[in-house]
Amino acid sequence: MTIGQVTLELLTGFGTTCLLFALTLLLSLPIGLLLSLASMSRFRPLKVVVRVFIWIIRGTPLMLQIIIIFYGPGLLHMSISWPSRAFAAVVAFVINYSCYFAVIYRGGFESVPRGQYEAGQVLGMKKHQIFFHVVIFQVFRHILPPMSNEVITLVKDTSLAQVISVGEIIFVAQNIMNNIYVIYPLFYAGVFYLVFCGILTLLFGWLEKKTKFYRV
Amino acid sequence: MAFLEVKDYRKSFGENEVLKGISFSLEKGEVLAIIGSSGGGKTTLLRCLNFLEIPETGELWLGGTKLFDASEKKQNTDAQIREKRLHFGLVFQQFNLFPQYTVFKNITLAQTLLAKADFRQKKADFAKVLRAAPKEERKKLREEQKKVLSEIRAGQKRAIEEKALSLLERVGLSEKRNAYPYELSGGQQQRVAIARALALSPDILCFDEPTSALDPELTGEVLKVIKGLKSADSTMIVVTHEMEFARSVADHVIFMADGVIEEEGTPEEVFGAPSSEKTKAFLQKTENTDF
Repeated sequence: MTIGQVTLELLTGFGTTCLLFALTLLLSLPIGLLLSLASMSRFRPLKVVVRVFIWIIRGTPLMLQIIIIFYGPGLLHMSISWPSRAFAAVVAFVINYSCYFAVIYRGGFESVPRGQYEAGQVLGMKKHQIFFHVVIFQVFRHILPPMSNEVITLVKDTSLAQVISVGEIIFVAQNIMNNIYVIYPLFYAGVFYLVFCGILTLLFGWLEKKTKFYRV
Repeated sequence: MAFLEVKDYRKSFGENEVLKGISFSLEKGEVLAIIGSSGGGKTTLLRCLNFLEIPETGELWLGGTKLFDASEKKQNTDAQIREKRLHFGLVFQQFNLFPQYTVFKNITLAQTLLAKADFRQKKADFAKVLRAAPKEERKKLREEQKKVLSEIRAGQKRAIEEKALSLLERVGLSEKRNAYPYELSGGQQQRVAIARALALSPDILCFDEPTSALDPELTGEVLKVIKGLKSADSTMIVVTHEMEFARSVADHVIFMADGVIEEEGTPEEVFGAPSSEKTKAFLQKTENTDF
């Protein structure tokens, strides 16, 4: 196998990695927001249920969660099965990351000073207007640094999907390794992650710079 | 009946009764200064006037009509309280400008949102008229409505912008219209906050210790702006620690202590010849710290 062939194979795996990453992010960002609002709810039962759920998800390994999500329905003798392995992996990732995002969002909401809500109130703004026109941007700005951490971690966490044999880049690299008895494809895969994370880092840096005017 | 009448306002936080029956009145165009030591209930009173806190008992009359009655819980829903708030403006001690918006947008945001709601209402009304009209006339009517609506929208936008610009001029910050709050000094931020509160043309503008968060050299510019607002049709209530300012600007002074109005009168009466021991002690203390 030439290095060109290895590169091509790794690229296909990397495509899957990117897909896992993008879908997870796309779904867990809004779901995390809903979870965070629920975790701050004045309706106590909802708040308790959500906080216990977050505790369970954050308190157990993601790898275990992927396995449970994938094999769970079968073990429970349910007639449904996952349309694909990647699908099950995305579901597990979304659940896991929504919980982490929920906590980050909550920190963001709690960092917005009371006075910002009150300023909106005395100006006759409605609750949702205060939320969308005053608060949400400030939350966004506050959570950028912890979010960049979490998003970059997600890039690498997608490799856990290999436990249910999803053909992401590490899984592909290991396959090549087992076929041609060399270890370098694994290190080579690392370069893909590094470049991807580098781009994300630049992107977050740019976002922070763009919103620099925001200071209290 | 006076322009503003507050009757028997009471407010507690848990066991702690902060307002123990506050009643006062204020004429249109007058400036009321509320003085007193911290914890006396001054800020809570202002917050109650702006409905950031809802008093447990009491009534509020404005311009001869009853605006608020604590005993009529049904009429104090969120939406109704929001309407009532529009009669009052509040300038905070900490300014509370919206950091992500420019000075101009800070001033126009609330008005723009109100105008939009207004516009949506008009549009809905127009649509109703259109549905009621006979079929053959609808097309023509639709065109006409479109024109009128776009004129309304343009008019709203122009009015809001003109008002904001004139307010900026009034607080002396015309050249800062595109600046962000963080680029301004504390005094400038507070002046923007004053313009923002004025943009909604409240009947009564309240100031909650507007200079307490400022460096001493910046208080002057803010006090000057507030002084400049004094006119026949602007009614103001100022909670302040600046005794000189209260003395020179206020028409009426209230000294609050422990949740009650300990003494009230003209500045001459309260500052010149206080009758209550508490007022005397308080004024003595503030004079001593002035050196």
